[in-house]
Amino acid sequence: MSTETSTWAHVCALEDIPLLGSRVVTADSGDIAIFRTDGDRVFAVHDKCPHKGGPLSQGIVHGDTVTCPLHSWKIRLESGEAVAPDVGCTRGFDVKVENGQVLLKA
Amino acid sequence: MEKKRLVMVGNGMAGCRTLEELLRIAPEMYDITVFGAEPHPNYNRILLSPVLAGEMTIQDIILNDWDWYRDNGITLHTGRKIVKIDRIARKVIADDGTEAEYDRLLLATGSNPFILPVPGKDLPGVIAYRDIADTDAMIEAAATRKHAVVIGAGLLGLEAANGLALRGMQVTVVHLAPWIMERQLDKPSADMLQASLEKKGLAFLLEKQTESLIAGSDGRVSAVRFKSGETIPADLVVMAAGIRPNTTLAESAGIHCNRGIVVNDTLQTYDPKIYAVGECVNHRGIAYGLVAPLFEQAKVCANHLAQYGIGTYKGSVTSTKLKVTGIDVFSAGNFMGGPGCDDIVLHDPAGGVYKRLVLEGERLVGACLYGDTADGSWYFQLIKDGQDIHAVRDHLMFGQNHLGDVGHKGQTQAASMPDTAEVCGCNGVCKGTIVKAIKEKGLFSLDDVRKHTKASSSCGSCTGLVEQILASCVGGAYTPADSSSKPMCGCTDMNHGDVRAAIRDRHLIDIPTVQRELKWKTPNGCASCRPALNYYLISTWPHEAKDDAQSRFINERAHANIQKDGTYSVVPRMWGGLTTPDELRAIADAAEKYKVPTVKVTGGQRIDLLGVKKDDLPAMWADFAKAGMVSGHAYGKSLRTVKTCVGAEHCRFGTQLSMGLGVKLEKMLFGMYSPHKVKLAVSGCPRNCAEAGIKDVGVIGVESGYEIYVAGNGGIKTEVAQFFCKVGSDDEVMEYSGAFLQLYREEGWYLERTVHYIERVGLDYVKGKVVDDAENRKALYERLLFALQDYKDPWLERAEADAKSELGREFRTLAIKQAMKA
Repeated sequence: MSTETSTWAHVCALEDIPLLGSRVVTADSGDIAIFRTDGDRVFAVHDKCPHKGGPLSQGIVHGDTVTCPLHSWKIRLESGEAVAPDVGCTRGFDVKVENGQVLLKA
Repeated sequence: MEKKRLVMVGNGMAGCRTLEELLRIAPEMYDITVFGAEPHPNYNRILLSPVLAGEMTIQDIILNDWDWYRDNGITLHTGRKIVKIDRIARKVIADDGTEAEYDRLLLATGSNPFILPVPGKDLPGVIAYRDIADTDAMIEAAATRKHAVVIGAGLLGLEAANGLALRGMQVTVVHLAPWIMERQLDKPSADMLQASLEKKGLAFLLEKQTESLIAGSDGRVSAVRFKSGETIPADLVVMAAGIRPNTTLAESAGIHCNRGIVVNDTLQTYDPKIYAVGECVNHRGIAYGLVAPLFEQAKVCANHLAQYGIGTYKGSVTSTKLKVTGIDVFSAGNFMGGPGCDDIVLHDPAGGVYKRLVLEGERLVGACLYGDTADGSWYFQLIKDGQDIHAVRDHLMFGQNHLGDVGHKGQTQAASMPDTAEVCGCNGVCKGTIVKAIKEKGLFSLDDVRKHTKASSSCGSCTGLVEQILASCVGGAYTPADSSSKPMCGCTDMNHGDVRAAIRDRHLIDIPTVQRELKWKTPNGCASCRPALNYYLISTWPHEAKDDAQSRFINERAHANIQKDGTYSVVPRMWGGLTTPDELRAIADAAEKYKVPTVKVTGGQRIDLLGVKKDDLPAMWADFAKAGMVSGHAYGKSLRTVKTCVGAEHCRFGTQLSMGLGVKLEKMLFGMYSPHKVKLAVSGCPRNCAEAGIKDVGVIGVESGYEIYVAGNGGIKTEVAQFFCKVGSDDEVMEYSGAFLQLYREEGWYLERTVHYIERVGLDYVKGKVVDDAENRKALYERLLFALQDYKDPWLERAEADAKSELGREFRTLAIKQAMKA
């Protein structure tokens, strides 16, 4: 495992992400969308819909799913996979909350 | 909690659909056991006709394969017939002795073909047409034998006859009634159908009663003799004289039956632990033989098995479609008419077209179409919705207005389209793709087709075509959704109207409370219901319900229009389409400063800056605010533009000051959110240069005042606005159009344009509330002004907001601040 992937990076406080909303983190590998769902669970995926590259961070969050703002594909935040019958997957990232701070492994 | 045991007897379409619905809403509730008499998993019985005709194979028509049962933990016993229900011990017993105990029993035993009680009915070569075994027997007979006689010229009989003829047999169809398909067609259409089937090689003998079937020297059937004394040769006799609910098992268990297992509106039998669905059922005196009603029953039954306790089945209006390639027949409702009914008839024997519409008062109650069935689903919808049709009565016969129904070259008849023809112009979906998905995936509803193929899921203009393709593939199994009772989305069973009413009557002011009180099935709703709920809350309780940003579509949350590459477009408001050199300068400066790649004049008389980065939006808005410009709401379900012509100020033909009135209207309505976007126009004279005839509210100046038109639409489907009223002054224009828009805001369903709202409630109703009732008009107008007071330009609000605040952080990206060791 490279040092890059084994490093947790601090991005923001949990409160900085709106509930049922998201924030975008700019990273070398491209934008990463960090979501905060009901019950303060946090997920991070590559901010690109597998369909036509729509910014998932701008979608509506419901349950553990986000609906892409461009063509309404639904993407599961935990796996990055599209909800059937659509097929596709976007990359996920490890993310955790410690002492109210959001840490990302990017 | 220990799982309850559900046993289902019968493994057909209605029963399995019930299980599917049940597994969807309460997957963990039951241990399920299924007994099926046939040795197959659940298959699509409707498609046996294409199998017989050689267009499909058995494998193509399997709906739930063996894996489905396994994956859902269902114990499946095929080839085993239940012979006894022990209601005391609550168990069922199969013919091989297998037993299964139940907490709930679901009877889905279907129906039996009616076998004429004539001598010779048991001879080899005499079969019914009901299942895969019958179909195989027919295919086999067709390979070696010559003469087929089909008794019964109903839907099933004709499809069987057609299939056998295609397989090379000489087929005679025998029928007791004076015309074929007498339960689905009237005489003129039946005669036309018979003529075209005769051209395909079928022979018909009408008003013939079968006396006996005669055996040949080999012991097989060889001829049919009629009461009239004639005899015709027959190597194969197919009995298709109707079906009877299969109630043997239920009756033997003492469950009340009367031409079907009698059930209540929750599909419960007289034994409260036993439910029944499908063709075996008698509901309010009717046993349905078409699949669409059975699916409706399945949904209600599953709901009660899951102990949701809501939803009742109240019976179905059915429609019929014959699945014989190249022949279009459609009928629905009471197509025969009767006392108190009026008929509108179009009969063109040479052109091969017959249409009969039956009206009762101002409602369509039945339709019978031959040759041109393109509007069948529209008529069916009108029948089901019981819609008042007096406004369209004069052109009802000519079908749904396809004027401006764009994106598929004006094609309106799916049957004549080749597989390669594009149906959905938005998503590039061809007819062949849709047909394939319907057949391979076993789709029955428009929603399913949309999900799987995306056809008609964007602008929706091809919905009618997709419905037709669906109807031609699945025949009677297709039923258009009942638009008035259709649930908002998968998160609830309630429709838009009920939800709106609950929000108003129970004084609900936030989304979590609505979802809790109305028993939403999902934790946070979905991307369709949340924006709708948010709109209903803020429009019902202005200044009280808090706008929920996370329930707004991104365009409304960010106050700009998202583009395909994730950038945004920005349209500053130009009141009434008027601008100044200073404003133009500010736009030019912003375009340069923020490196806007595209600047475009819009259709609504303003300027669009396309390709703006989200981060730049607040700064750009601050610059516009300095120039005195505000949001144009080009992104919202809200007031868009008020388009104006030059008017009497400059124009030599102008009769009224249209620019001034347009600006006043736009200022009054600034910040108005609505079920869908709202566009207005004001023209200074009847030359109507502002194109007021295709706007939600169009105002046309005449010498003596203004004419107001409403519910026009220039988009997906061009709709010409309807005359609303004539008024004398500017103030009256403001009051009447304001009151109309407020009524729409209060009663319209989310994403319903004014034209669709008026289509639903009727123009007379709206006139009654706004034009005829002065007191109500003033009250509506006041409620509108109250809702709009103190509205702050959202751009300014966001430009001024702190980057950390809820309003400001929307536009700020985060950077990785510090690395920490894992």
